[in-house]
Amino acid sequence: MFSYAIRRLLGAVPTIFLIVTAAFFMMRVAPGGPFDQERTLEATVMENLNRTFGLDKPLWEQYAMYLGNLLRGDMGPSFIYRDMRVHEILAEGLPVSMQLGATALVLALVVGSALGTVAALRQNSRTDFAVIAVATFGITVPNFVVAPVLSLVFAVMLGWLPAQGWGDWNQMLLPVIALALPQVAIVARLIRGSMIEALRSDHVRTARAYGLPARMVVVKHALRAAILPAVSYMGPAAAALLTGSIVVEQVFNLPGIGRYFVNGALNRDYTLVMGTVVIVATFVVVFNLIVDLLYAVLDPRVRYD
Amino acid sequence: MFIQSTKRALMAATILAGLAGAASAAPYMRGNDGNPETLDQHKTSTVAEAHILRDLYEGLVVYDTKANVVPGAAESWEISEDGTVYTFVLRADAKWSNGDDLTAEDFVYSLRRIMTPATGAKYANILYPIKNGEAVNKDEMPPEDLGVRALDDKTLEITLEASTPFFLELLTHQTGLPVHPATVEAAGADFVQPGTMVSNGAYMLVSNTLNDKIELTRNPNFHDAANVAIDTVHYLPFEERATCVRAWEAGEVHSCSDLPAEDIARLKEAHGEGTRIVPYLGTYYYALNHEDEFLSDPDVRRALSMAIDREFLADEIWQGTMLPAVSFVPPGIGNYAGSPEVDYFSMSMLDREDMAAEILAGKGVTPQTPHTLEIMYNISENHKAVATAIADMWANLGVKVEFNVRDASAHYAHLRDRGDFDVARAGWIGDYSDPQNFLFMVESDNTGFNYARYENPDYDALMDQAARETDLDKRAGLLQQAEAMFMRDLPFLPLVYYTSKSLVSPNLSGWEDNIQNVHATRYMSLSE
Repeated sequence: MFSYAIRRLLGAVPTIFLIVTAAFFMMRVAPGGPFDQERTLEATVMENLNRTFGLDKPLWEQYAMYLGNLLRGDMGPSFIYRDMRVHEILAEGLPVSMQLGATALVLALVVGSALGTVAALRQNSRTDFAVIAVATFGITVPNFVVAPVLSLVFAVMLGWLPAQGWGDWNQMLLPVIALALPQVAIVARLIRGSMIEALRSDHVRTARAYGLPARMVVVKHALRAAILPAVSYMGPAAAALLTGSIVVEQVFNLPGIGRYFVNGALNRDYTLVMGTVVIVATFVVVFNLIVDLLYAVLDPRVRYD
Repeated sequence: MFIQSTKRALMAATILAGLAGAASAAPYMRGNDGNPETLDQHKTSTVAEAHILRDLYEGLVVYDTKANVVPGAAESWEISEDGTVYTFVLRADAKWSNGDDLTAEDFVYSLRRIMTPATGAKYANILYPIKNGEAVNKDEMPPEDLGVRALDDKTLEITLEASTPFFLELLTHQTGLPVHPATVEAAGADFVQPGTMVSNGAYMLVSNTLNDKIELTRNPNFHDAANVAIDTVHYLPFEERATCVRAWEAGEVHSCSDLPAEDIARLKEAHGEGTRIVPYLGTYYYALNHEDEFLSDPDVRRALSMAIDREFLADEIWQGTMLPAVSFVPPGIGNYAGSPEVDYFSMSMLDREDMAAEILAGKGVTPQTPHTLEIMYNISENHKAVATAIADMWANLGVKVEFNVRDASAHYAHLRDRGDFDVARAGWIGDYSDPQNFLFMVESDNTGFNYARYENPDYDALMDQAARETDLDKRAGLLQQAEAMFMRDLPFLPLVYYTSKSLVSPNLSGWEDNIQNVHATRYMSLSE
């Protein structure tokens, strides 16, 4: 399995290279540049800026330079945040996004699985309907509604938790809930569906026939099989969660990297957008690999050697 | 020779400081528009940066609480009779945060640095009035040729290209702030980092975390440190205005620097005095392309302007967060006696509509035989609402409107590259409080800002004449004539004036409303 993982990771290198190349040129095709703003800059000033950032060079030369620097681990200077280089910006924000994302991920898996399992065990009962209702709510009500409402209720009206900021544990609670809620809902629905199926499957019936305790049958035999669809969903979802969410970051004023995906593109901060693309591409590749490896662990029928 | 007395300003400062009261321990949690792009005063361009840099550094002159120009690092100055040589005398007790003396040589170094092309200064052009400024910035002359020299340790002489009556206003901009030469030489671009930065203002930089907070603490070496009441300031960047409002209502921040328009009515009602809507130095306008055949007719432009109900735009669309514009230069600006009046603004809206329809009917344009115009704007809910409302108002005249919407970068790049358009939205916030800073936009050689491609030799001549006039009253008269010409020819249709919108906690005193929206923390104090 180890050599499989290595092969997969090596195979990802050309994929990431292609993504970087496509992103680089797509970014440049967009009209306007990082120094086009409400206030038009003086021609001389614009020339000076373009020279400082190498934008006066031919595009292929800029591309070659970017790739060369990237291989040395330098993502270049940000066009907008002029006191910082892109890797510094990402290094500052990524831990924040990952901490939030990972907590939300664990919460989503634990709560989502529990809700889904309970609903499946009591199919068509009141509990089941309640779970389905909560899940439908979680999926349909978007983040940009849930997050401000959480903040209004718990920070402004009740005064229990801070409305914004980063640093204290209590500042994490509301953003994590806002991030996890839709994921909890999706996981609950996935688990409920596959659990209902698993409970009817041959090996679960066999386990029951052996007289194993009900809890062991559910957790060890049924859930292990039922969790597979949720695991394949969680791969890309984890990549998205760990790289931050612009909505949650802006609503709770958190210094994560989610905002850079949108703002970087709108500001034409070429290097920052490239940096976020590299990070997300890497996360997606790594998490897809982790999902595949987890399959081998969870499903005895899957082998990679 | 004019000799500026500093006594009155000093007295005012002392009284204010007396009111400020005892030092407070809790940090001032200060909401800011967003994260600064840089803390390098020579690369800066945004308002969010201006707020922070104003606390960190002190220029030759500064704004007081009412945005009047008062002595800063310079205690006095003399201006030569022809208005081209400024001699500043620095305060004897002006020091850097590391204890070094602030010298005239530091300002020479700083002004040369911003003009050096390699610095890549976004706002270098604001200091082009300094002799050889533009040539240095264009790399045609070495920085040493800039018209700035130190006569001795505490005397600085700045020579200008030509008399510039608003030069002191220019020096209040953050680009005029000094850098500590030894630190810049040693640390390079990293001189802005906490622990490295040496500043000369009321505060020093403690920490700076992108999109989290910027922490400042009192500078004990500041010459007026005894009167600075607030010990620490935390600047919090709020890209999302509503987040700052919630944080303010939850008592987590003391002030917000901008507010969401849709929430203003509620905030006014709920917090009264805490909600500050104040006229600001800016105008929201539509540029009319004078190269377009239809729009090149002055009667057509006049009719289009007449038919726009600016009260409706300000009150209904902007919910009172903008004010109806009857001139291009916003009211309350410095060095001016007020904008000239335009006849049709005193007429009723119904009469204006009828008159406009009549003018266009004379040109063969009626609702039955419409003419199509395209309004180009950068994407935003409010810009869309304004464009839609104006399309409605113009529809009555037989002008059919189509929309062309782009994101901000593409929109402004299109205008800059002189792409084709009929009507384009833009806004202008003055850099300094002087009508010239608005009226210069449509001079025929101003290719960067004259989106309208307005060319009028008479207008250019008036602007030239005003630039040479050293008598401020006569100059104001000339600029008034120029604005009258502007309002007659309408290169731009002024629509509404901007306002600054802030939330100020009752615990925060010393925050005075002013047209520049400048609020240095050194003048404020906090009560628990």
